[in-house]
Amino acid sequence: MRAIPLSYVMRNLWVRRVTTILTAGGMALVVFVFATVLMMTEGINETMVATGQADNAMILRKGAGTEINSAISRDQASAIEALPGIATDGEGRKLLSREVVVLNNLPKRDSGDMANVTVRGSSLIGAALRPQIQLTQGRMFRPGTSEIIAGQAVAKGFANVSLGQTLHFAGRDWTVVGIFDAKRSGFDSEIWADVNQVMQAFRRAIYSSMVFKLTSIEALTGIKKAVGEDPRLQLDIKLEQRFYAEQSEQMTKFIRLLGMSLSVIFSVGAIVGAMITMFAAVASRIGEIGTLRALGFRSEAVLMAFLGESLGLSLVGGLFGLGAASLMQSVNISTVNYATFSEIAFRFRLTWDVAMQTMVFSLVMGVLGGFVPAWRAAKLSIIECLRQA
Amino acid sequence: MFLFKLLLKNAFRHKLRTLLTMVGLVVAISAFGLLRTIVDAWYAGVDATSSTRLITRSAISVGYPLPLYYAERIKKIEGVSGVTWVNWFGGIYIDRRNFFARFAVDANSYFPMYPEYIVNDEEKTAFMADRQGAIVGRKLAQRFGWKVGDTIPLSGTIYPGNWNFTIRGIYTSNDARTDETLMLMHFGLLSENVRKRLGTTAANQVGLFMVGIKDPARASAVSQEIDALFHNSVAETLTETEKSFQLGIVSMSQAVLMAIRAVSFVVILIIMAVMANTMTMTARERLAEYATLKALGFSPAFVVKLLFGESLMIAAIGGMAGIALTFPLAMGFVQQTGSLFKVFEVSNQTMLYQALASLFVGLIAAAWPAWKMSRIDIVQGLRHIA
Repeated sequence: MRAIPLSYVMRNLWVRRVTTILTAGGMALVVFVFATVLMMTEGINETMVATGQADNAMILRKGAGTEINSAISRDQASAIEALPGIATDGEGRKLLSREVVVLNNLPKRDSGDMANVTVRGSSLIGAALRPQIQLTQGRMFRPGTSEIIAGQAVAKGFANVSLGQTLHFAGRDWTVVGIFDAKRSGFDSEIWADVNQVMQAFRRAIYSSMVFKLTSIEALTGIKKAVGEDPRLQLDIKLEQRFYAEQSEQMTKFIRLLGMSLSVIFSVGAIVGAMITMFAAVASRIGEIGTLRALGFRSEAVLMAFLGESLGLSLVGGLFGLGAASLMQSVNISTVNYATFSEIAFRFRLTWDVAMQTMVFSLVMGVLGGFVPAWRAAKLSIIECLRQA
Repeated sequence: MFLFKLLLKNAFRHKLRTLLTMVGLVVAISAFGLLRTIVDAWYAGVDATSSTRLITRSAISVGYPLPLYYAERIKKIEGVSGVTWVNWFGGIYIDRRNFFARFAVDANSYFPMYPEYIVNDEEKTAFMADRQGAIVGRKLAQRFGWKVGDTIPLSGTIYPGNWNFTIRGIYTSNDARTDETLMLMHFGLLSENVRKRLGTTAANQVGLFMVGIKDPARASAVSQEIDALFHNSVAETLTETEKSFQLGIVSMSQAVLMAIRAVSFVVILIIMAVMANTMTMTARERLAEYATLKALGFSPAFVVKLLFGESLMIAAIGGMAGIALTFPLAMGFVQQTGSLFKVFEVSNQTMLYQALASLFVGLIAAAWPAWKMSRIDIVQGLRHIA
């Protein structure tokens, strides 16, 4: 079977520029929505996965699910610290951090609206356990003082969080002595201070969580077993990465569900647009179709030509939509994660996977919009066509 | 009348094309309406607030514990008519997805403070008599098919362990805006549990105080007085009206709401492109006709009127169908999402915006072809035929 040359197909799109632009424009908008939703979920995943270290384990109270809900007593913490399987540093200190996490209301920089910032009481070891945290300004807090360091997303988004300034909360003035970059992880949206100071100020007697480095990932099984056998330790142990992935699960699911349903609904509009355009293309070229058929092109070739034209439309729309979406990569947003009730900052992230899915989505719209008109064109009888022309 | 008939004839000359355009319009306008309704639903809690209630919470963040004895001290303030307190229970009912609000309340002071939650006396007595009892909202009971007497198992997140509550009553409301999706249990039960584990100080901790006031006009004065009372104390407070408290909660998800709003305009843009395309094609095909009309002495304004009229007619029919479709769509959406949204109604304002959007789409779509057609050269237009 001889195919109708591609140049014929593409030239048709060019001849009817206005129509092509309008139809592809509608598709581009749908594609834009589709792509940004995927980019958003990718961005949240990226943030959450980057937050956990592969060989760090995390302990929370049984069933707590989040650090805010969790509670670990001093006795429990000491019992855990004595377990084998926890890595030590060069000086023989256990690489383990007892932490306390508190949600604290602070005003945003631009609007003055209050939002929850996670305040984490940690230690120098706690900071060492998260190598992605790098100070970009100032220095580390000194243990035993009311000094705090803030993630770059907090520093950017919240009022008065700048080097040397003080914040008043929990009945104290806290001095910002450092700003850190946590490589787009969840820690970027946190404020860190000395764990004992935070517990005193917020009047808490119990820890929220414990984080430690495993001697090896296999050591986790032994620790899990030891904790399970001790009735005093009603605790859950997880790999840190797994814990943070779970924190964002609900949110990404919600965004994905909402975004995908919207994309599908919107795509009906774009598909209808493509159909209208393609029906008109067929109607205005009936004579041409007859001529092509008379020249010996089979009806399948006509079908492919019109389907190709519709795919061309959706390709243009898809590329423009994806192009516009790629501009969103420079946008950072911050919103509340309902699983933890705290602010989390993330960006729109374009990956090859997202780009591929987006283009497939766009081409599927093209096929759905173009198939019926193309089918009709293929089914026209030669005689009828030539008579009409 | 003649013009109207001509418009109608013109609009349906290409039945398939007009129909497809209208399908697109219906989808776009109803989606636009649904999205606006979703955003409205988010704010529904704000509308249902009472001006005679204040919320006192920890200055640290919402839900951070405050000592129970604050209740007595707040009560003594001039203008306060009553105080009650709640704790957020958290917990999971079978699966995390089955989310609904669960509060531990002090029933004696809670129900007088919330007269909009109607429970009959018999059920209230049964609830008071059962330490493991619970009262649930009508919509919540509907969602899971619960009846009075059913046992509801919850696994604790904030209060560890497995809990079983027996439904002793179902509350209703006469106001459509009232939240009928709460589950309420006894504060005493939880505090007893905490006392056993962590001692008396930890047991007498409260998440939020609700403060009834006699005169709404004095809301801010009373709020300031409450906060001044605990200033520089162990646990500082932040008191605001119920309305601004709810607004604060809603504004936490502002980024999501903004995104939904933005997207609702995108769908209008999409349909604008589709509609503009339809009108452009229509105009191009009728080039010769318009030239003939002009040759017969009709003014360019008449041609413009024809195009705008046709575009507006299609937009109006599609728009109206879209508005009508929003209602069943919203109903289906509520059924799908369970009681995620407490109140879900298509407002008059939404319908107005939908109508305006259709009008706007109709006007913009015809603008370019109308301008072009009013300027066509008669001779060239007629030549188009041949």
